[in-house]
Amino acid sequence: MQPILRGGKLRLMLKNNFIKTLVFSILSLIFVCSTQAQDYVEITPKHDENHKTESGDEKYDPIPAIMSHVADAHDWHFFDYNEHSYSMPLPVILWTEKGLVTFMSSAFHHDNLGHHAVEKNGMRFIKFNDRIYQLKDNAPVEYDIEYVTKPLDLSITKNIFAMLMSVALLFFVFLKTANFYKKNGAVAPKGIASFMEALIVFVRDDIARVNIGEKKYMKFMPYLLTIFFFIWFNNMLGLIPWIGGANLTGNIAVTLVLSAFTLVITNINGNKAYWGHIFWMPGAPAPVKILLLPIELVGVLTKPFALMIRLFANITAGHIVVLSLISLIFIFKSIAMSAVAVPFALFISVLELLVAFLQAYVFTLLSALFIGTAVAEHEHH
Amino acid sequence: MYAAIGAGLSVIGAGIGIGRIGGSAMDAIARQPEATAKIQTVMIIAAALVEGVALFGVVVSLMGL
Amino acid sequence: MNNPLVTPELGLIVWTTLVFCILFFLLAKFAWKPILKAVKDREASIEDALGLAEQTRKEMVALSANNEALLNKAREERDEMLKDARTVKDKMINDAKAIANTEAERIISSAKEAIQNEKLAAITDLKNQVATLSIEIAEKILKQELATAEKQRSLIDSAVGEINLN
Repeated sequence: MQPILRGGKLRLMLKNNFIKTLVFSILSLIFVCSTQAQDYVEITPKHDENHKTESGDEKYDPIPAIMSHVADAHDWHFFDYNEHSYSMPLPVILWTEKGLVTFMSSAFHHDNLGHHAVEKNGMRFIKFNDRIYQLKDNAPVEYDIEYVTKPLDLSITKNIFAMLMSVALLFFVFLKTANFYKKNGAVAPKGIASFMEALIVFVRDDIARVNIGEKKYMKFMPYLLTIFFFIWFNNMLGLIPWIGGANLTGNIAVTLVLSAFTLVITNINGNKAYWGHIFWMPGAPAPVKILLLPIELVGVLTKPFALMIRLFANITAGHIVVLSLISLIFIFKSIAMSAVAVPFALFISVLELLVAFLQAYVFTLLSALFIGTAVAEHEHH
Repeated sequence: MYAAIGAGLSVIGAGIGIGRIGGSAMDAIARQPEATAKIQTVMIIAAALVEGVALFGVVVSLMGL
Repeated sequence: MNNPLVTPELGLIVWTTLVFCILFFLLAKFAWKPILKAVKDREASIEDALGLAEQTRKEMVALSANNEALLNKAREERDEMLKDARTVKDKMINDAKAIANTEAERIISSAKEAIQNEKLAAITDLKNQVATLSIEIAEKILKQELATAEKQRSLIDSAVGEINLN
């Protein structure tokens, strides 16, 4: 009976996978369809109303659609239907010279070209290419680039909203895991704890302990675990169209902050030997020491800089590749193209699942490595 | 256009690099099959690092887009 | 640098820093600390259990060696006891045999003596009876010989004749 049963299970699994594939391809299709109606002006202000209608019959350019998908936005866009955009408005928070200004992004009425100005506290704001600008008081109706300034934009954008959701998910998962241990004591884990414990132990043994050393690794475990799961969860959530979809870890501002944390943690924990290696390389002749000083100092910054670029570029590249493949359908203007594009997009998406884990791993590993070099004892010098 | 050429060029470098890493890892695994897990880990890290360098190129291409 | 993708936005930087800090401190306090502690405790308990098992195994080995020695000793003792018993038994048998022999000899000799005595008694008895018989015969003969007065006379005469009066 066993093999037959197993066969049945396998068939069920295949069927399940097939359904998933189908759902995914449909979602991907809608994902791209939803942006098709939009149009973008490449250069900033001075816009005329007929620009939109002019570009209608031209060759499809996938770059604006792809770029708008991997970039941040002020509302959570779901789809367009009958020339109407369906999206979730998000709060806009601006810090201007007159103080804090808040309103919902729906006040722009899906305008992304600076046509519709929102009046608030006697100031006018426009949204252009998903960035909010303030019009100067003397700006005419046909305003120009000289008439806009950029206020400090602290809006809950799509990426920040996605980040808050991922943080909620992280709290849910790990407080549940912690709760399991609190309730049951140090027993063999079950459910969500058994899955997460394997990864926590992986981070501890294969990342922290190996690279930082037996004596000091426990001090850095909370940071490494947080950064690992933050990146991994957001990488994975970013791969889900609609629900996640936000390219959070593929946003350079986010990776900048994450790598800045690594930079700060590495350098405030740097011991004498670490700084000695930077400022006065031991074991080298004096002229070489002077030569190495600027190189080492630059190295302090390039290492986290590489972290920033690596994560940003890997995740963004993944999103771009998937979107480019789907864009093929619109470039060739043929639904038949989806027979090629969708399986390829699926393949890349599956690969991206691996990349999502790998990049979280590599970021954490390199952070641990940098911290490890900063706190390492150099007995042999 | 130039962005595409730049991205292509960086992909060539990464392709050669990752190819060499993969090939060497294969050799190493053939020589020491018992160390497969360790070699794989190191291989993936090295490949990710090479890929990172290639993506630097891609980012620079993006900046020119 | 005009691509918005590679220009970090200040708002996002501020929010990410804030959110990540909160996430870090809350997770560190409420998740990582208890989880890592539990994992460590369990590992320690597993290590303890393994150590205990190893120790028990060693003890078991020692115990079985001890048992073996004890068994060997017991076996030796048993052999010794058996040997002793066998010698005791042999001795007893031999003793019994010796006693039986002497007893038998004693009985035989006493029997022989008794037989001798009986024989002697019988012979004595026979002798007595013969003597009695002889006397009786002699009496009868005498009675017949001396039944008449002439016979008595003749006898006295012959006896007086024989006496020499010196």
